[in-house]
Amino acid sequence: MRKYSEKAMELVFMASATVSIIAVAVICIFLFSKGAPAIFEIGVLDFLGGTVWKPLEGQFGIFPMIVGSIYVTAGAIILGVPVAILCAVFMAKFCSDRLYRFLKPAIDLLAGIPSIVYGFFGLMVVVPMVREFFGGSGKSILTASILLAIMILPTIIGVTESAIRAVPESYYEGALALGATHERSVFFTTLPAAKSGVLAGVVLGIGRAIGETMAVVMIAGNQATLPNGLTSGIRTMTANIVLEMGYASDGIHRNALIATAVVLFVFILIINLSLSLLKRRDD
Amino acid sequence: MQQLTTRMKEFKRSPISGLLFALVHLAAAVTVFVLLFLIFYILYHGIPNLTLPGLFAWEYDSKNVSMMPAIINTVIMTVLSLAMAVPLGIFSAIYLVEYSRKGNKLVKVIRITAETLSGIPSIVYGLFGYILFVITLGWGYTLLSGAITLAIMILPLIIRTTEEALIAVPDSFREGSFGLGAGKLRTVFKIVLPSAVPGILAGVILAIGRIVGESAALIFTAGTNPAVPDSLFASTRTLSVHMYALLSEGLYTPQAYATAVVLLVVVIGINALSGAVAKKLSSKR
Repeated sequence: MRKYSEKAMELVFMASATVSIIAVAVICIFLFSKGAPAIFEIGVLDFLGGTVWKPLEGQFGIFPMIVGSIYVTAGAIILGVPVAILCAVFMAKFCSDRLYRFLKPAIDLLAGIPSIVYGFFGLMVVVPMVREFFGGSGKSILTASILLAIMILPTIIGVTESAIRAVPESYYEGALALGATHERSVFFTTLPAAKSGVLAGVVLGIGRAIGETMAVVMIAGNQATLPNGLTSGIRTMTANIVLEMGYASDGIHRNALIATAVVLFVFILIINLSLSLLKRRDD
Repeated sequence: MQQLTTRMKEFKRSPISGLLFALVHLAAAVTVFVLLFLIFYILYHGIPNLTLPGLFAWEYDSKNVSMMPAIINTVIMTVLSLAMAVPLGIFSAIYLVEYSRKGNKLVKVIRITAETLSGIPSIVYGLFGYILFVITLGWGYTLLSGAITLAIMILPLIIRTTEEALIAVPDSFREGSFGLGAGKLRTVFKIVLPSAVPGILAGVILAIGRIVGESAALIFTAGTNPAVPDSLFASTRTLSVHMYALLSEGLYTPQAYATAVVLLVVVIGINALSGAVAKKLSSKR
């Protein structure tokens, strides 16, 4: 009797564990089965390389949106990564225990704030700021980059900090013993030794930035055209979906939006793949 | 003080050290400043709006744009999603930690897929839920569609935190239980799980935070109907979606501020609670 219940529960545990596999499979199947035919119907090159998005006139080129996603993500990385890495170094190697007890929950809170609140904050604070200093409407690549940089800070800080802490203390002590200052020891021995962990944090940050939707849609301007500068508005792939899914009629328009999600999904898969490659190199 | 002067001497000898010292402090200060500025900005502009008439009325109409139904919906949505994701997540983690053997192919695939799930953006989840539940199954915008979508979304988080909590339970606990003649199942449920509860709880609380803050995955699955649902198949809006709806209508900025305050307070509370639970875990050891 006991033998049976043992075996049965093991099967239940195993079945639960396979839900993740099923979920990924079902998500892939549904997205690709709706999106892929649309891509082929529009034409792969016309869809990915077309610069005109006019759903009502049957033109579905998402090149501006791909460019938009890449621009705001790159901007967020350029602005956010240096601050995040330096902040992680501070938390791991510079700050006192007492300060850490305040800093760590603060970073966690930064990660917990809903993206809609970030978007609202961006709309009320960052947009007017950019309008004031750089001109234009304020809803621009730059605005989205600044806000996304803030949003990816906790992700990169968390991963980087634990990567730095995982470096053996002997590296740091060795450098100190050779006469290097605390700063030199940390930045020229400990940090380089943690570089694959740091890189993993950055890649994770890229994934968060490119997938962010609600914050970006409120502050990026959402013009589906190629941008001509940092202060011109842009529409990301995620924004494209949110903006038009609500009113897209059945058929090619809706499927083109799903196809946009497929392209985004492929980006995410590539990011995930590079992440697991980085982790494997770490082990 | 003396320490400071020796440091200054060091920086004079090696200016780059001084520069790096300044930079790390600046970066940490900037990060904290941004967080505090965001919180105080929202609270400062939002709290006066909390007294708007009818903001917490039981019924929503276009005059009072009450957030009360949205708050109730958020609670319902959270409970439903957790009811699905928590047992699944805990069982998955039990399998991964307690039952699987090293080098098992299935375990590898499970880990890869769980990682993939945690990297998928919420809008893609939303679209998936839309295609599967709203269109293919023909449910329309429903509470259940939203809850299932969210359950899949938080599953990897629950699995990971539970796994960490289970791994942290010392092997001597298991050996002691086996030594007394208990079977594997009994050991897992009576010995291992109870000692892992704080870790699991901290993960569940984090998951609540994600559910409360989620909007992109819900707009096209649960819809935006601002009323308390009378069944699993009614459309609902959670607090985050409510805020998005207010902002996209563009007429209700004061109410959006007030909603942001409520969201922010909830998130701060959740984070504090999760931190306290996790601390209890580490102090016990």
